[in-house]
Amino acid sequence: MKTVVIQRVSGTGVPVRGNDIDTDRIIPARFLKSVTFDGLGAHAFEDDIAALNAKGSVHPFRNEKYAGAAVLVSNSNFGCGSSREHAPQSLNRWGILAIIAESYSEIFFGNCVSLGIPCFTGSHEIVEQILGWIEANPRREMILDVAETTVNLDGTVLALSLPVGARGQFLDGTWNARTQLLANLDKVRDVAATLSYFSDYQ
Amino acid sequence: MGKNLYAKVFDRHAVEQLPSGQYQLLIGLHMVHEVTSPQAFAMIREAQLGVPFPNRTFATVDHIIPTTKNERVRPLADTMAEEMLVHIEKNTSDYGIRFFSPEKGEQGVVHVVGPEQGITQPGMTIACGDSHTSTHGAFGALAFGIGTSQVADVLSTQTLAMSRLKVRQIRFTGQLKPGVYAKDVALAYIHKLGVNGGVGYAYEFAGEVIEGMSMEERMTVCNMSIEGGARCGYVNPDETTFAFLKDLAYAPKGDAWERAIADWRSIASDADAEYDDVVEIPGEEIEPFVTWGITPAQSVGVGDTLPSPAQFSGSEQQVVTEAYEYMDFQPGQQIAGVPVNVCFIGSCTNGRVSDFEIAAEIIKGKKVADGIRALAVPGSMKVKNALEARGIDKIFVEAGFEWREAGCSMCLAMNPDKLKGREICASTSNRNFKGRQGSPAGRTLLMSPAMVAAAALTGKVSDVREVIK
Ligand code: SF4
Repeated sequence: MKTVVIQRVSGTGVPVRGNDIDTDRIIPARFLKSVTFDGLGAHAFEDDIAALNAKGSVHPFRNEKYAGAAVLVSNSNFGCGSSREHAPQSLNRWGILAIIAESYSEIFFGNCVSLGIPCFTGSHEIVEQILGWIEANPRREMILDVAETTVNLDGTVLALSLPVGARGQFLDGTWNARTQLLANLDKVRDVAATLSYFSDYQ
Repeated sequence: MGKNLYAKVFDRHAVEQLPSGQYQLLIGLHMVHEVTSPQAFAMIREAQLGVPFPNRTFATVDHIIPTTKNERVRPLADTMAEEMLVHIEKNTSDYGIRFFSPEKGEQGVVHVVGPEQGITQPGMTIACGDSHTSTHGAFGALAFGIGTSQVADVLSTQTLAMSRLKVRQIRFTGQLKPGVYAKDVALAYIHKLGVNGGVGYAYEFAGEVIEGMSMEERMTVCNMSIEGGARCGYVNPDETTFAFLKDLAYAPKGDAWERAIADWRSIASDADAEYDDVVEIPGEEIEPFVTWGITPAQSVGVGDTLPSPAQFSGSEQQVVTEAYEYMDFQPGQQIAGVPVNVCFIGSCTNGRVSDFEIAAEIIKGKKVADGIRALAVPGSMKVKNALEARGIDKIFVEAGFEWREAGCSMCLAMNPDKLKGREICASTSNRNFKGRQGSPAGRTLLMSPAMVAAAALTGKVSDVREVIK
């Protein structure tokens, strides 16, 4: 497996305001009816988009202002609910390369790590500041630094955070854990041999 | 200080600490279903990886499977559903994985099948590409929902990279009042601790209320751990656990059974075990709960009125306002009396034998209210057969319920069972997210099977204790 180091993500932002945005909303269940992840980018937030359309407003994922954005910004508990990797896959295929939010569900966060999408966290105040900045500067690029765990908004540097483990994985290119896991297969067999249910109970 | 079950089981399965600080954790049991696995099998095929422990993975089909006999005739009318079914059949056969198939009549929701076959056992680490894997924690196992890339990790290495969690013990003291069930216990802790209160934690459910519960009730409580943000939830194994497992197909037999019990006793939390946090919830304070909003924490006791947004903290207010808008409810209104269109009993939360027994007790000899569509969908074919053997299916049919084949059905409506338009569904499932039950504008009220039965009879949200008077 090739090693890709992720030190920095830059691009314009897309503000998706709200707490508890669940993965059913990110990608509704009917789009899970597939044996591949292909084409999911076109359906990200589809029902939220339609609901807003019906009310005469535009979801940020369909707003021309934010077309081509690489950084999604949201509030707390982003990606809660279903473990479907289809959610980060659809965001990624839409163009998202990094996320900033107040907090995440753990399964969503883990799925993003294995896809190489850093999920930064920031305090409520900082996230609100970033959301406001993007809304005012939709065409300006922001720079997310993985090592420093900061975002640079046109020279204003704000502190974010990223768990040490995930940060290390992005920086040394081991964010897809499989290579490391495979390297230990002999040891895995040894540990399995110590557990009676792997052999004794069958 | 003693150790809790989480620490004991984690330590036994830790292969190595990874440079990231996470641990490579051996996964003792891997369950797969048709929605989150095809891409994982494609990943390992592409990378030319094998499956080193094929006998530690078990598969079934649940999400996309239709729940009427006619619709199940192959090939399925929905060509994508058929393709997914063909994929799981081929993938399991190519890699030598046991598949609980519809044809053999053993299929069901993945979290119902594992436990009822005795595959789920105390002291295991369990993973499945499905967030409600937490259900299996009822047996004293550490059970994690994972994403598809991680399904490929488990297939190819039998391990996952996992962080060590903190452990919060939630003690339910005293007794539950009549009419209050395991589902209400689940909604109660989510109401109290919030939908992200459990982030970073494993939940240990304990106390007299939990100790007195059957395995099926404990599964209901553990099922919803993930809705409270916890990575997993568990109950310490005890005599109730062992009695449930004895003689099940995959349970240890003979001398191995004695060895297993001794081992299972040893992995329960020590009496003086340490916890990162302890929360106490008096059983007497739990009411029959009904959700009114778009997250499982937005619930009230059936006798209560809906809260004012002003009662919530600043950041929560926006979700509360959004919920009122979506549900078209008003602060201050009574939840009891809200008319419903559909009643659904089933899912991995409440699709087991005792759930249908409780509902049958309430609807026996009565009729579903006019205009209500009522579905009873057993969680597995084994559950269905057990109920039919005792004639319980007839009670449902005579009352006006549709009696279905096993599957996830209207819990997430990837099969033909869907809400229409803005219909309101009284549901025993676990998620009331926007659009969850198949209509982008559909509305879900989560409650216990008893409360859904009461809603079916009256056509509106009703206190089951009043209905059975
Ligand atoms: S019953 Fe519902 S929650 Fe459970 S596995 Fe099926 S879809 Fe998921």
